Amino acid sequence: MNKWLKVGLVLIPVVLMSACGSTGAKKAAPVTGGSTPPADTANTSPLDNNGGAGITPLPQTGGSASQSVDPLNDPASPLAKRVIYFEYDSNNIRAEDRATIEAHAQYLAQRGNLKVTLEGHADERGSREYNIALGERRSNAVKEVMSLLGVPAGQVASVSYGEERPAVLGDDESAWRMNRRVEIVYAGQ
Amino acid sequence: MPFAVGGDPLLPVDVAEVVAADLKRSGRFAPLPRQDMLSRPSETAQVNFRDWRLVNVESLVIGRVNRTGAGYTVQFQLFDVFRGVQLAGYSVRSDADGLRRAAHQIADIIYETLTGEPGAFNTRIAYVTVAQLADGSRRYALEVSDADGYDPKAVVNSKQPLMSPSWAADGNRLAYVTFENKRSQIYLQNLVTGQRELLTSFAGINGAPAWSPNGRELALTLSKDGNPEIYVMDIASKQLRRVTENLGIDTEPAWAPDGRTIYFTSDRGGSTQIYRVAATGGRPERVTFEGSYNARATVSADGKSLALINRDNSGDHIAVLTLQSGALKVLTDGRFDESPSFAPNGRMIIYATRTANRRGVLAAVSVDGGVQQRFSAREGDAREPVWSPMRQ
Repeated sequence: MNKWLKVGLVLIPVVLMSACGSTGAKKAAPVTGGSTPPADTANTSPLDNNGGAGITPLPQTGGSASQSVDPLNDPASPLAKRVIYFEYDSNNIRAEDRATIEAHAQYLAQRGNLKVTLEGHADERGSREYNIALGERRSNAVKEVMSLLGVPAGQVASVSYGEERPAVLGDDESAWRMNRRVEIVYAGQ
Repeated sequence: MPFAVGGDPLLPVDVAEVVAADLKRSGRFAPLPRQDMLSRPSETAQVNFRDWRLVNVESLVIGRVNRTGAGYTVQFQLFDVFRGVQLAGYSVRSDADGLRRAAHQIADIIYETLTGEPGAFNTRIAYVTVAQLADGSRRYALEVSDADGYDPKAVVNSKQPLMSPSWAADGNRLAYVTFENKRSQIYLQNLVTGQRELLTSFAGINGAPAWSPNGRELALTLSKDGNPEIYVMDIASKQLRRVTENLGIDTEPAWAPDGRTIYFTSDRGGSTQIYRVAATGGRPERVTFEGSYNARATVSADGKSLALINRDNSGDHIAVLTLQSGALKVLTDGRFDESPSFAPNGRMIIYATRTANRRGVLAAVSVDGGVQQRFSAREGDAREPVWSPMRQ
């Protein structure tokens, strides 16, 4: 039913001018290059530098003799875990991740000046904008738990990258389960 | 059939080769290989129709390329071999860089003369590329090329993701999503001047921009009111109209060509499916029923069919849904096929797929599923192709 038309195509170039080499460099086509993003995050400076006076705030108050380390930087602290993983097409927080979220919520609730961004991600299956929505569902699920635990909304931002920033490249479940995630990112870190 | 050409090495473009490749890619023509030709006429007087009947050729195109000033003039004639008559004859002028475009215009004329439908060879595609850099970071670009993938140019570069390009009906502007400020934002960019404008930067998702057929509105996804919903923004006044209202995910709006209906993806019914709703809002109606996952619909120029992602046990494929009958035809067999976009004449669909080693490449398939062709980015992965409207 789809008739194939046979076409014989002959185009004989007849160059009239005696050509001197090629026709020269290509000039810019209608599509312009140019537009560079104004604020590419990779090029901006970090927000949380401690001023310019060289004054370092003491991390502790009161008379404790022991040197306290910020638990955020303690690899043994539950705060060291910053990634929450999810099942396929799900935003349910698994029981084993509750303690991690609680630890972060507690830490944040005690430090009103600290801010985190919850970055939601999805695996590569499905359409890209749907996965943006799915990633947002996940970051909102984590945000909701934090909110129930007393973290003010102003301390928690969320952004969904969908499938655009995979943690692991691969096209099977071993990669996908590492990509269905929410990353807890502290400002300035 | 391949099409061999012994072109003039002084010409930057083998015009016959470009025309033949265009026609072949459409799936409706089988150009005769040059070595099978019994003669090589370039003037009417040199044409011996018997030479072409002998090799079963139905139509013959002959032509000449002349340098005129800084550019070229391409003359060509199209003949019906069996009746021995000329069907079309034109002279196409081009500037020094325009020979490839002239070839696409010629292919459009031949296509339309022989099929009765407009060709879509002299059009462009926009798509996103991603390159992995040595330091582990990624470089994203929004590129625009000819519809056959030639002559790509980056119109935006970013170290953060770029997504979801959408053409304005005039073919001169693109809407797209960036994350360059660590959040999603929608920009409009003029391709002629390179200037761009930040359109939306609401809290939450700013996604899935879709330019309305009349060019004055943009359908988009925003989650500022709690969860992803479809809105329509008047571009001049920035006024927003909410179109959907549901606790599920509503995203990926696509306009019907009359501008009165919006198709979108939603999981409101449990599984992810395509729905449609009046562009002014109202009660959505489910459109897809085959399969557990249908998403990212796009509407053909005649409004009669949707191209979409359809999932089965073997992965995500491109399928075409005929709206009146409800018939779904799966066109591709990749595992990760996505982002279908119709050619403006509705005869082909360009989409993103993967090679065996996971490289993201673009592919075109005719709507009857016949002919497939792939092309890749200059470097890295290519994804999210969108076919431009007809050039005006």
